[in-house]
Amino acid sequence: MIALSVNGKLYQVEVPPDVPLLWVLREQLKLTGTKFGCGAGLCGACTVHVDGKAERSCQIPVKDAQGKKITTIEGLAGNHPVKKAWLTEEVSQCGWCQPGQIMAATALLKENPRPTDGEIDNAMVDNLCRCGTYQRIRRAIHTAAQEAGKGGKK
Amino acid sequence: MSEFIMLSRRDFLKTGALVGGGLILGFYLPFADSDSCAAEQTKGFAPNAFIRVDHDGGITFIVNKSEMGQGVYTSLPMLIAEELECDWRKVTVEASPVAAVYDHTVFGSMVTGGSTSVWSEWERLSKAGATAREMLIAAAAKTWRVEPASCHADNSRVIHASGKALAYGELVDKAAKMPIPKDVQLKNPDTYKIVGTPRHRLDSPAKVNGTAQFGLDTRLPGMLTAVVARSPVFGGKVVSYKADRAKAVPGVKQVVQVPSGVAVVAKSFWGAKKGREALDISWDEGEWAKLSTPDMHRDYAGLAKTPGLIARKAGDPEQAYALATHKISAEYHVPYLAHAAMEPLNCTVDLRGDGCDIWTGSQMQTGDRNAAARIAGLKPEQVKIHTTFLGGGFGRRANPHSDFVIEAVEVAKVVRKPVKVVWTREDDMRGGYYRPIWSDRLTAGLDGNGNLIAWWHTIVGQSIIAGTPFEAAMIKNGIDGASVEGAQDIPYAIPHLLVDLHSPQIGVPVLWWRSVGHSHTAFVVESFLDEAAHVTGKDPYEFRRVLLVEKPRHRGVLELAAQKAGWGSTLPAGRGRGIAVHESFGSFIAQVAEVSVTPEGVVRVHRVVCAIDCGRTVNPDTIAAQMQSGIAFGLSAALHGAITLKNGRVEQSNFHDYPLLRMNEMPQVEVHIVPSKEKPGGVGEPGVPPIAPAVANAVFALTGARLRTLPMTPETVLKAMKG
Ligand code: FES
Ligand code: FES
Repeated sequence: MIALSVNGKLYQVEVPPDVPLLWVLREQLKLTGTKFGCGAGLCGACTVHVDGKAERSCQIPVKDAQGKKITTIEGLAGNHPVKKAWLTEEVSQCGWCQPGQIMAATALLKENPRPTDGEIDNAMVDNLCRCGTYQRIRRAIHTAAQEAGKGGKK
Repeated sequence: MSEFIMLSRRDFLKTGALVGGGLILGFYLPFADSDSCAAEQTKGFAPNAFIRVDHDGGITFIVNKSEMGQGVYTSLPMLIAEELECDWRKVTVEASPVAAVYDHTVFGSMVTGGSTSVWSEWERLSKAGATAREMLIAAAAKTWRVEPASCHADNSRVIHASGKALAYGELVDKAAKMPIPKDVQLKNPDTYKIVGTPRHRLDSPAKVNGTAQFGLDTRLPGMLTAVVARSPVFGGKVVSYKADRAKAVPGVKQVVQVPSGVAVVAKSFWGAKKGREALDISWDEGEWAKLSTPDMHRDYAGLAKTPGLIARKAGDPEQAYALATHKISAEYHVPYLAHAAMEPLNCTVDLRGDGCDIWTGSQMQTGDRNAAARIAGLKPEQVKIHTTFLGGGFGRRANPHSDFVIEAVEVAKVVRKPVKVVWTREDDMRGGYYRPIWSDRLTAGLDGNGNLIAWWHTIVGQSIIAGTPFEAAMIKNGIDGASVEGAQDIPYAIPHLLVDLHSPQIGVPVLWWRSVGHSHTAFVVESFLDEAAHVTGKDPYEFRRVLLVEKPRHRGVLELAAQKAGWGSTLPAGRGRGIAVHESFGSFIAQVAEVSVTPEGVVRVHRVVCAIDCGRTVNPDTIAAQMQSGIAFGLSAALHGAITLKNGRVEQSNFHDYPLLRMNEMPQVEVHIVPSKEKPGGVGEPGVPPIAPAVANAVFALTGARLRTLPMTPETVLKAMKG
């Protein structure tokens, strides 16, 4: 049995210890918002937060996720400024990469509330989007940064 | 019964209840168990298969096109909503089942492709909306005992001249009993309120919160997962295999041979994948085991020097060439390309004795359904395709050979339990159905005044259409229209020209790849035209303008892009500018690219100005998004993309060796839409073709190096710069 803490809930799953966290999230926990794109740490579609940091869930054997706080797209509040900015800027196309993009952007903004274009590129360079939504992702991150900034001042 | 089938059942029941209690301008069609006979009933009068109005005023549009990012779950509803005069905020979308009533209005089966959705559905969906509107108005008029002409509809309400109003939700029962009007008056497009205005996508919230259901997200009770070991060489066959070690992997349930290879079926994806790694298969690799792409390019280049089948001839190119004062000639080469949609291929099948349900992201549902029925030994109407969201399509999920659907049904036939066949990224990358390799040889002659008088373009590449059901319609006199599109209809006023074609047969499966033939012809034609301009010392923009004097829409976008890009103004040191214009799928696009080249030969694209004339627009924000998307897609190919083969084996496997454009490589894209009342064109594909030549022409302007081979890797760039 492997114990996982995902989106604030505790789960016990019976899976081989080397199964990547990605597949446990998708198959056992039915959290299919986290996507499979490459299985090799090359695309970022599977990005989740592990103890607040953006990580590739396809590269984490589930045994190593024990005792850590995992957050997936489903665990991010619906009114989260990043999700809102994604809607305002109309980022999504096919949508497959977007949960991973949003998780990466959220982690970036936590560390760096006012990133420059260059800092955004650096942080997001490993999140691929075949639909080419990069320009809008950049804009949405700025929008979210502004919104979060406003909220903070209140 | 599976929870997914339960879901459909529930919808069916809900729909069934509404048959008596609501206005369903789709009758019981969408979820009835006899799609085909319902479809027969509605044949010839289709509009009512697309709309459902609920008692609470909720509006559901049943959309017959697949949403793969191009925004069709928003643009098509906009067309209906415009005529229905409904509250846009109440609109939701459902994927249609497969039925004749949902066939493509031109292709005659359910297809999403060719950038055709908006123009091919415009009239039908407008009429569907208008019909519903008229019936709602008639219902209100009857309630009030007034003339329908004294009422109008607005924002989901029917309003009488006196000011009294009834909401659509209140009218559904009555409206359902109104006669269906034969002829409806469509709105004057100049009075449109929704169509032509930027609207938020209806699918965005689900895609942002992670609830959007894609094929790979399908889950059925008791479902197993399979991965398939396929031949390392296209066309190869299994000779024998040992499954003992695979079967010993925890979770593996079954190892089964299917025509395409050996499937490992397990409780979960990881077990199946581990099981596959433990398989021991011996293959008969077949006749293509020696194939290598460098050899193909060499052979193709040889073929390009010989006359092919004539696709178009005008004037007397040979004589004109003989008389020319400047003569130029060049060879161009582009590689195989994978679609590499971010969601790898997958297909879930629940096959029972009396029926089959399939969940997949398909762009060709009718073809896939019929193929599945054939393999399963069922009647087409016993097979139901549930179209999910597509995590990208780009043509790969529109396969006339139905490869990923047929294979999944083959697996299901043996397994006899619901099963999801998952392709890993490596499987997807190596699965074939690529954009073909093309080699082109071009020759041009110019007179003493620098006028282009002769043009000869020989194209070499595999036919996409040959061997598909589209052959009869799309191959004429041996010429596959998709091989020469964008070349034989070159827009420039050249008096003497010849376009000919060789279509070698190679065992690597090929398919339409976002913008199809245009993905290579635009690069070749627009680059070589630039070469011709430079021979004469003319500005490449002015050179084009003059040659487009009889092509106002080409010229319109060319001038707009040039003007917005500041064509002719001085650029910072180290920057170059290039231009290209191309028509495809009924739309006209010009792009100006600003580039730099590092000393290591890395091409960087900083800014792209894109002008598009796609006729009357539906959702301008989607048009801008599709231009950004097409440019990124085209840049991935121009800068990085190549599938190569050695000893019949695909050398690439994942995004480390088949790189896609990344965030730091994305240029600033500015999109300018030409206001137009022309017939609408497509927007999903036409953004792709002009970017590669615009960039190549910019690199030439900056460095004097002409890039005639894609992708523009640092090695090819440095080689070209050394001359
Ligand atoms: S699926 Fe994990 S990085 Fe691509
Ligand atoms: S939106 Fe399609 S891959 Fe990013």
